[in-house]
Amino acid sequence: MKPTDHLPRTRWIAALALGLLAACARPPEPEGAAAGATTSITVKGSDTLVQLGQRWAELYMAAHPEATVQVTGGGSGTGISALINGTTDICQASRAMKESERVAVKEKRGVDPVEIPVALDGLAVYVHESNPVPSLSVEDLRALYLGQVKSWKEVGGPDAKVVLYGRENSSGTYGYFKEHVLEEGDFAPEVQTLPGTAAVADAVAKDPNGIGYGGVAYARGIRLVPISKEKGGEAVAARLEEVESGRYPLSRSLYWYTAGAPSGLAAAFRDYALSPEGQKVVSEVGYYPLRVGAAAPPEAPAQGGAASPGTDASP
Amino acid sequence: MPRRRRLETLAEGAVAAVAGTVVVAIGLIFVFVAREALPLLTDPAVWEEARPDRFFALAGEAPRSTWQPVSEDPRYGVWPLLVGSLKVTAVALAFAAPVSLGAAVYTSEFAPPRLREFLKPVIELLAGIPSVVLGFFALLVMASWVQDVFGLQYRLNGVVAGLALGLAVVPVVFTVAEDALRAVPRAYRDAALALGARPSQVALTVVVPSALPGILAALILGLGRAIGETMIVLMASGNAAILSLDPTVSVRTLTATIAAELAEVVFGGAHYAVLFFLGAMLFVITFGLNLFAEWWVARLRRRLAGLA
Repeated sequence: MKPTDHLPRTRWIAALALGLLAACARPPEPEGAAAGATTSITVKGSDTLVQLGQRWAELYMAAHPEATVQVTGGGSGTGISALINGTTDICQASRAMKESERVAVKEKRGVDPVEIPVALDGLAVYVHESNPVPSLSVEDLRALYLGQVKSWKEVGGPDAKVVLYGRENSSGTYGYFKEHVLEEGDFAPEVQTLPGTAAVADAVAKDPNGIGYGGVAYARGIRLVPISKEKGGEAVAARLEEVESGRYPLSRSLYWYTAGAPSGLAAAFRDYALSPEGQKVVSEVGYYPLRVGAAAPPEAPAQGGAASPGTDASP
Repeated sequence: MPRRRRLETLAEGAVAAVAGTVVVAIGLIFVFVAREALPLLTDPAVWEEARPDRFFALAGEAPRSTWQPVSEDPRYGVWPLLVGSLKVTAVALAFAAPVSLGAAVYTSEFAPPRLREFLKPVIELLAGIPSVVLGFFALLVMASWVQDVFGLQYRLNGVVAGLALGLAVVPVVFTVAEDALRAVPRAYRDAALALGARPSQVALTVVVPSALPGILAALILGLGRAIGETMIVLMASGNAAILSLDPTVSVRTLTATIAAELAEVVFGGAHYAVLFFLGAMLFVITFGLNLFAEWWVARLRRRLAGLA
């Protein structure tokens, strides 16, 4: 279920037209001249980011017909090795580079890798609107989804059995939750897996004892539980500002890496991705833009709970 | 005359070729499915990860048979899926068989002709509802309703999926069974009536037994449809791979597993091969069922012919 499927076509056309206008308005840009040197770059890495990268590339190429930006996935690890080996210009990663990888880039390429945060990603936890549980810690979530805790009572809720909802194991959201919340533990077999964030939100909305996770969708009948990093710690709501500040525990930055400062087309493409226009694409694809006010807040694609922002976009 | 005969042979050949193509296509599909599952046996690395020898193991490993394909220690226990598929199918048939056979007997034996002309197309129209729509209906409407009526803990479960599946099975069974009942010669009914039997006796003791081979064929067809249906169970069953005989818990079927997981697996990897193994298993199950049905129906026919 790709959120982009729900994108109104008009918005597409508008974005394209804007890009074209911008291109026509000021033809002798300095970056255009620089791009003349390198007219083709490759972008490789995270499957979480591949869709966003492709959308950026499409829009950028529509505005700059002379440029070719080729975006492929394969995973953050694949992208980082490609950067080390010099087979990609930009590496997309949904995690920060490890120290050993930085050293490898320096050794092989002779320059330090440059980290460019390009977007933010957040995961919300839903319960039924009647569920009084005030907040949950990441530890609580882990115990619930590993099947160690079976009653709401043990995590500060009513005396009722917990009904777990989640995503299919082919989903990026599943992988993110498994990695960051379960710490690579296995989901309990009782977890009901549903196709798409909208289905999870709907199931929780109809189940007073249900709990689910997914992108920040504003469906009726559900409540987003504030999450704390540790038990007893301060609980943070899944709001745009909290995701942007990094205080919300289930959020992460999505990065680009280049070997040395980007130049030529890579630099122009980076400028585009970080521009208000590029950041608008971020929220259209279902992630969080870097700056407040830089783009529409991500509730836009969640109308009627039909679309699914968040890690859905990743395969 | 010879020209006409030549045309005749040509037409015959064309029809035979078309029929042959279908057979060849089915054969090729099976070869493809089996070939994709083959690395399980031939590739040591795939064998090591998938452990096909443990697919059906019930003892030994801690929580019996577990389906946990995406894990640091992937486990491919097939039992939860197999039992899940059979459970949902059983619920579907328990609901659909009486309903559709009752409807078939009523329309063919008791309904006034004008009502029959109305009933049959309407029930057959059910078959035209896309299964994704039935699944959505089950997910949003039926699930809450079933939960309230039966007071179940899980909203999405084998019963909901089975009932929704039953809706998809009813028109299939109804249509074939009704045709079988209508095909019973008029003379049988007339003879029974002439001997003083009441219409209900005619229907239940003369018409239904004579149509039994056709009715059985209808049921087997419905069974095949139920086992193979994917979308409805994917949406309405909750898809939790719990090994249990209780139909009121969430259920993950073979078909839903393939549909949900195949899109994102590594091509040629262990998980991929296991999913194709599940496909091959489904194929063998439905093939076996059809074979058994053929044999049984043929036997019944012979016996009925002997009696008649």
